Amino acid sequence: MRGFDRPTLALCACAAAVYILVLLATVTGLLNPYWQRVLDQALIMGIGALGLNLIYGFAGQFSIGHAAFYGIGAYTAGLTSKLLPVAGIPTFLLALVAGTAAAALVAFLIGLPVLRLKSDYLGIATLGFGIMVKVALDNSNRLIPEMGGATGMTGVPQTANFGWIFLFAFLAILVCRNFVFSGVGRACMAIREDEIAADTMGINTTRYKLIAFTLGCALAGLAGGLYAHRYPFLHPSIFDFLASFDFLIIVVLGGLGSLTGTIVTALGWAFILEGLRVVLGSSFVDWRGVIYAVILILVILLRRQGLFGNREAGLLVPAFYKGGKHAAAGG
Amino acid sequence: MPLLEVKGLSKSFRGLVAVRDFNLTLEDGEIVGLIGPNGAGKTTVFNLITGHFPPTAGEVVFRGRRLTGLRPHQVARAGIARTFQNIRLFKENTVLDNVRAACHTSIRYGVLDALLRTPRFRAEEERVTEQALGLLELVGLHDRAWDRAASLPYGDQRRLEMARALALVPTLLLLDEPAAGMNPAEVRQLVELIRKVKERFSLTVLVIEHQMGLVMNLCERVVVMDFGEVIAAGKPAEIRRDPRVLTAYLGKGAVA
Amino acid sequence: MDWNYFAGQVINGLQLGLVYALIALGYTMVYGIVKLINFAHGDVFMVGAFIGYFGFVHWGLPWPLAVLVSMAVCALLGVTIERVAYRPLRYAPRIVALISAIGVSFFLEYFCSLSFVFGADYRIVPRPMEDVVWRLGSVSVTNVQVLIMVVVMAMLVLLQWLVYRTRIGAAMRTVSYDHDTARLMGVDVDRTISITFAIGSALAAVGGILYSIAYPQIDTFMGVIPGLKAFTAAVLGGIGLIPGAVLGALIMGQVEVMTAAYISSQMRDAVAFAILILVLLVRPSGILGRTEPEKV
Repeated sequence: MRGFDRPTLALCACAAAVYILVLLATVTGLLNPYWQRVLDQALIMGIGALGLNLIYGFAGQFSIGHAAFYGIGAYTAGLTSKLLPVAGIPTFLLALVAGTAAAALVAFLIGLPVLRLKSDYLGIATLGFGIMVKVALDNSNRLIPEMGGATGMTGVPQTANFGWIFLFAFLAILVCRNFVFSGVGRACMAIREDEIAADTMGINTTRYKLIAFTLGCALAGLAGGLYAHRYPFLHPSIFDFLASFDFLIIVVLGGLGSLTGTIVTALGWAFILEGLRVVLGSSFVDWRGVIYAVILILVILLRRQGLFGNREAGLLVPAFYKGGKHAAAGG
Repeated sequence: MPLLEVKGLSKSFRGLVAVRDFNLTLEDGEIVGLIGPNGAGKTTVFNLITGHFPPTAGEVVFRGRRLTGLRPHQVARAGIARTFQNIRLFKENTVLDNVRAACHTSIRYGVLDALLRTPRFRAEEERVTEQALGLLELVGLHDRAWDRAASLPYGDQRRLEMARALALVPTLLLLDEPAAGMNPAEVRQLVELIRKVKERFSLTVLVIEHQMGLVMNLCERVVVMDFGEVIAAGKPAEIRRDPRVLTAYLGKGAVA
Repeated sequence: MDWNYFAGQVINGLQLGLVYALIALGYTMVYGIVKLINFAHGDVFMVGAFIGYFGFVHWGLPWPLAVLVSMAVCALLGVTIERVAYRPLRYAPRIVALISAIGVSFFLEYFCSLSFVFGADYRIVPRPMEDVVWRLGSVSVTNVQVLIMVVVMAMLVLLQWLVYRTRIGAAMRTVSYDHDTARLMGVDVDRTISITFAIGSALAAVGGILYSIAYPQIDTFMGVIPGLKAFTAAVLGGIGLIPGAVLGALIMGQVEVMTAAYISSQMRDAVAFAILILVLLVRPSGILGRTEPEKV
């Protein structure tokens, strides 16, 4: 009864189709393990980036410490799995819950004081927090030796495979869609557009900024937890401020306020980065960073609103929002 | 019990007195005008009532309840809605969503309901959408419901702001220069709209306005401010002839 | 409490803070005039250090000349970056220019690390002069520290004169208030902005060279963290305000050195940023910043 109107059913069907396609590609060898990993990474980044889009694209809160929550989720989930005596699916799921919850809790506590700050200052504060988390992770072995500190953490059972990652990516998309296309989402967007007017129109801006921030960071935590169970080596440098920039780049290039944009750009970003490695070959691999930078500058110069602007693929738009709401051309 | 009582309201910004000892009483169902030269402090009075910033002194009592010191969203929930002098729409949102955003105060579902798409969520969404569409129809913007708010012409934007304010289901409506930039024909339409809306929703209205046509036609009572203080109050016809008011608007030498 | 050690650390903190100040000034001036966080600024600092190094070591220039050459190159670089990557986006939403700045930052770092440019290896910068240590009572000061202090103070005085006593400075201040008004008053906005970038970049070049004298190991990613800290310092002091940038930088340098000396070297970044966040919570617009209430 709940939740299954036509657009949602269509979305589920589409997801199932994509899943089957990828499975076929894997089985027939079209998608080799190397590119499988890239796909998984893309989806994981996508989950995290969706979270940032909620915070920044929809609620307008300029947070550039997102990778901190990605890291908190990864380490919490990884540690949980490592320390629990029994490996397997239940442990995995529990670890994910732990990672997501940890990220959400920290986000809530940090958000309370920090979300009062205005745009640029909020950015600095979140950036600073991100750096503090990274330093904490670097020194984590002093508190909990298993966390490895600056040498990194290993030994997390690699329970996450494409199936799980895809499932959680799909759930993340659903959650974000439901959030955005609801009164809660409208409140957040009102805050983004004009915080004073939103306040005057009865919206408790503090509450909704906090909700968006917590949920967005929780998604980062979930992404981190999945990462920990898919890639055998966790190191604090994976979660430094440059990683926060990665999320920011994905969200902005995809289009702030477009869930479709985030997903598409996360995939494109991961595949282009890896593709460059292949295309350039070993002799020119140094040029990878240069070309990435040039692509970044060119894309933002030529399409400043991002690939999808703030439009959404028709597939993602639910009832009560149809009728004039533009569908992105070509999906 | 009067609907709104403002007593001794004062506001200073770092030594600059914007409003001094402002008093006002509004009874149910009145339409009162607040006029005065630019910089007189009229919008500041609105901001103080809606809680945008706290007063330096004085208090605001609404339906017997002290509103002083409450945050704007709490004031909105108490039943006071306003429009802004410089239109503050949610520009990138659709026209419909601008109104639906203000329906927020009456929404009876929480975040979890939204995320899980419970039946309660669906029912409320339907109700809210109906309400919003109805308001848009009232102000004549029904067929532009799905357009981007920023794409509306100026006059329509003002009407959207009014529809949005009405979505709060207020008891008191504060209008800040609703007729700014309008020609006489549009002002007449606006007066009709305000009357219609007031009757339909049993509102009390306090309106800041420079266009005397609107003030004279619409308001039963007028309060005049200058330099942060009330300098005159009474019926429109009396105010028009009051020498203090004329001095305020036209300068000292103008009153022969 | 070892006061000699403490005094020595204070001087170290001053040294670091003054170098940060040079970088922070570039950030704050650019932000003041185009409201952009120029993330590539730290990399201009890097280029400055490298050009100074090449000038002195490979091209045989005397140090003062190497510094001037570096300043000129960086000024040109800054102007070019503005022209190519920022000007087209000047009136777009600010995040867009920020992404472009991040792109430029990456570009400079990776391009310069290519073998035919600066190369990926780090270089050691030889000190241009013999180490001399002076003693003031029981505190020792090196000539490097004195050099840094003198040079930065001189630059600050110059900048102060430029901004408040010249026409170009008046133009910069006007443009920082409002572009359209400045245009209506006859100010060439584009040229003023270019000049601002040039000055900021030149200052960063000097900062890069001074930094490399004090901490002689340079590589193409050396500008990332100092740039971040300098930017943070500028915000801490009140972004857009020149005195704010200096104040914030001095505080930042002092906090960093003291934390490394008395708490832990690894924690110094965390403590510095923690202090920043605390300051922002109490003074949301930075120490010298003024919160302008938004007109409703």
